[in-house]
Amino acid sequence: MAERRGGKKADKADKADKGGAAQAARTPAVPARLAVRKTYKLYLGGAFPRSESGRSYAVTSTDGTHLANAALASRKDARDAVAAARKAFSGWSGRTAYNRGQILYRVAEVLEGRRDQFVARAASAQGLTRVRAEEVVSAAIDRWVYYAGWTDKVAQVLGGANPVSGPYYNHSAPEPTGVVVVFAPQNAPLLGLTSVVAPVIATGNTAVVVSSEAAPLAAVDLAEVLATSDLPGGVVNLLTGRVPELGPHLAAHADVNALDLTGTGEDATAFEEAAAQTLTRVLRRGPDADGGEEAWLDPDPGTSRMTPFLETKTVWHPIGV
Amino acid sequence: MIFEYAPAPESRSVVTLRESYGLFIDGEFTPAESGEHLTSLNPADETKLAQVAVAGPADVDRAVAAARRAHDTVWSRMSGAERGKYLFRIARIIQERSRELAVLESLDNGKPIKETRDVDLPLVAAHFFYYAGWADKLAHAGLGPAPRSLGVAAQVIPWNFPLLMLAWKIAPALATGNTVVLKPAETTPLTALVFAEICQEADLPPGVVNILTGEGGTGRTLVEHPDVDKVAFTGSTEVGRQIARAVAGTDKRLTLELGGKGANIVYDDAAIDQAVEGIVSGIFFNQGHVCCAGSRLLVQESIVDELMPRLKERVAKLRLGDPLDKNTDIGAINSAAQLERIRDLVDSGEAEGAERWSPACDLPENGYWFAPTIFTGVGQAHRVAREEIFGPVLSVLTFRTPEEAVGKANNTPYGLSAGVWTEKGSRMLWTAERLRAGVVWSNTFNKFDPTSPFGGYKESGYGREGGRHGLEAYVG
Repeated sequence: MAERRGGKKADKADKADKGGAAQAARTPAVPARLAVRKTYKLYLGGAFPRSESGRSYAVTSTDGTHLANAALASRKDARDAVAAARKAFSGWSGRTAYNRGQILYRVAEVLEGRRDQFVARAASAQGLTRVRAEEVVSAAIDRWVYYAGWTDKVAQVLGGANPVSGPYYNHSAPEPTGVVVVFAPQNAPLLGLTSVVAPVIATGNTAVVVSSEAAPLAAVDLAEVLATSDLPGGVVNLLTGRVPELGPHLAAHADVNALDLTGTGEDATAFEEAAAQTLTRVLRRGPDADGGEEAWLDPDPGTSRMTPFLETKTVWHPIGV
Repeated sequence: MIFEYAPAPESRSVVTLRESYGLFIDGEFTPAESGEHLTSLNPADETKLAQVAVAGPADVDRAVAAARRAHDTVWSRMSGAERGKYLFRIARIIQERSRELAVLESLDNGKPIKETRDVDLPLVAAHFFYYAGWADKLAHAGLGPAPRSLGVAAQVIPWNFPLLMLAWKIAPALATGNTVVLKPAETTPLTALVFAEICQEADLPPGVVNILTGEGGTGRTLVEHPDVDKVAFTGSTEVGRQIARAVAGTDKRLTLELGGKGANIVYDDAAIDQAVEGIVSGIFFNQGHVCCAGSRLLVQESIVDELMPRLKERVAKLRLGDPLDKNTDIGAINSAAQLERIRDLVDSGEAEGAERWSPACDLPENGYWFAPTIFTGVGQAHRVAREEIFGPVLSVLTFRTPEEAVGKANNTPYGLSAGVWTEKGSRMLWTAERLRAGVVWSNTFNKFDPTSPFGGYKESGYGREGGRHGLEAYVG
């Protein structure tokens, strides 16, 4: 993709330089090799389907250059995504924490292997400088490593033995809440996205992610990384499209356990109201929601994005002979 | 040979009721501005106990303003150690006045004195004692290096454990430096008003605790008040939804402890005698007015014929009657409205084809009473298997495999409690791991402790009360 766009920009530069643009356009040069473009699709249940609606929308860079057409997910796609996430939940939450950590670390490995692709994407689509793009991609890779390490520690940090006043063994431990709908930040398409998705799945939840509407391509690229990192299908389901169209159905969906409202903008209150109907857990928009990739650079975000999507289970048993 | 029990009533003389009670705002009892009041009845005989004020919007304003002032000027600035000492002092006064409070609770609520005396009141005092000790140790609670109070907490509590729910709400809020405006339930306001007296007796700074009696409208005005920072509610799922909707889009923090339809799973290798006791306490404790009641009994098919006769035999021995009698197991239903709801659901159970059974049981002429009831042949689609009855009514279903037991147990929008009865440890842990419920009692039921986090999954609400986890809802 980056190469194709590079070529296009070079064309423009040529036109500007030579001035005789009209004549050049009439006699196109034969390309040495035509680049193979990628079709950007959804990521549902481990597969990459188009929107069932057949719709797509044009995605441009921040300077207006056409980049690609992304799938415009529909209400039906959203429902399929929830069904896929629900189907994957028992398997993923039933994995050992160690195994989930291995897989999240594998995501970091695969992402590192593709860093040039992601750096080029960040530079072209978001208009970041090369240095800034490198910084953002590095932080995204490191974020997966960070949460890979959390998978088998969070239960000890948040749970423990309760010294009840009686002959009972009593302990509390965190468990994943279930299917979490993540509205990813609108202007932080890679690091912001990673920062909101990784903590959700690290603890065993499965996710339906609504990517940034304007900059969805990094999310689809990341889905390809997830698909090749031994992450079971359905653990992360990616919808590209419009929050105002998809959000109301997802927020009110009775089989959704929690919402992360980060990327919902002005719709946040309406979605929180809809969520109340089935007592869906809600993580409200934080100060980082609209801050761009820079808002997500803190290398130690702690447990604050994991705890909203955890339940505490307390188990009692008598002690006696 | 059968021995008749002689009456063994606890004396009412430890309780001195005033004819009418005002609102407790800014350290003083004060009339409601509207002058409206309601009457709290003794559900065991429908006699009037006292009049209490009904707080309106102006009273809510006054109480929230008092709580704000107390928070900003005194309570949040006080050292944790000193705050803790106030809570220790309150815990001690509760212990000293526990018989009075137990009798009053039984009068106002209808629950047996055996329970108020041996369960509610000891837990109330223990809860204050537990959170008192946290007040100067918050930096060690894993909630950040310097947890800060949120401000004013609006707390609305139910009628099933009036004083215990008050303790669950007020103790952690105060320990963390918040001030509170609490609304007790319409039908059980009296022990909360005695608690207000205890706050005076403890010299608690005015405005730190405010008690507003009233009806649903009072609670709604309180939780929607713009100067409230935190809302904590225990009650029905329906009201919980309304509150969640009302706080949407605000900065208010919210915890909800709502309804339940707890499954009590009995495997074929369970210790039957203990399981029978656990089933009985699981559903008939507090007349079944328990959000975490084990109201759905799931019995492995191979032991149904052995278990059910023994369960019925045990239920037939329960003594229903005067809540103040020390031998009473089942007291009065809390209100006429609740009794009506129980009757409606029980009628639906019969109409839908489940088999209804109750022991021979004389009900007192006055007051609100419902005999312990067991439904067998219940299907998962029956209302008595799906809806929270909040009364002494048990629905019995069966299963063949552990997978089926877990599937049926989780087949509910609720997720508050569950029970597992088996002598096999690995099976217990396997089952507990798969139950989507906030509290799992294995080989026991309906046990509570201040150190033990309590709260639900799914539509049973969110947030935890009790333990270190209970602090989280009150710090920012």
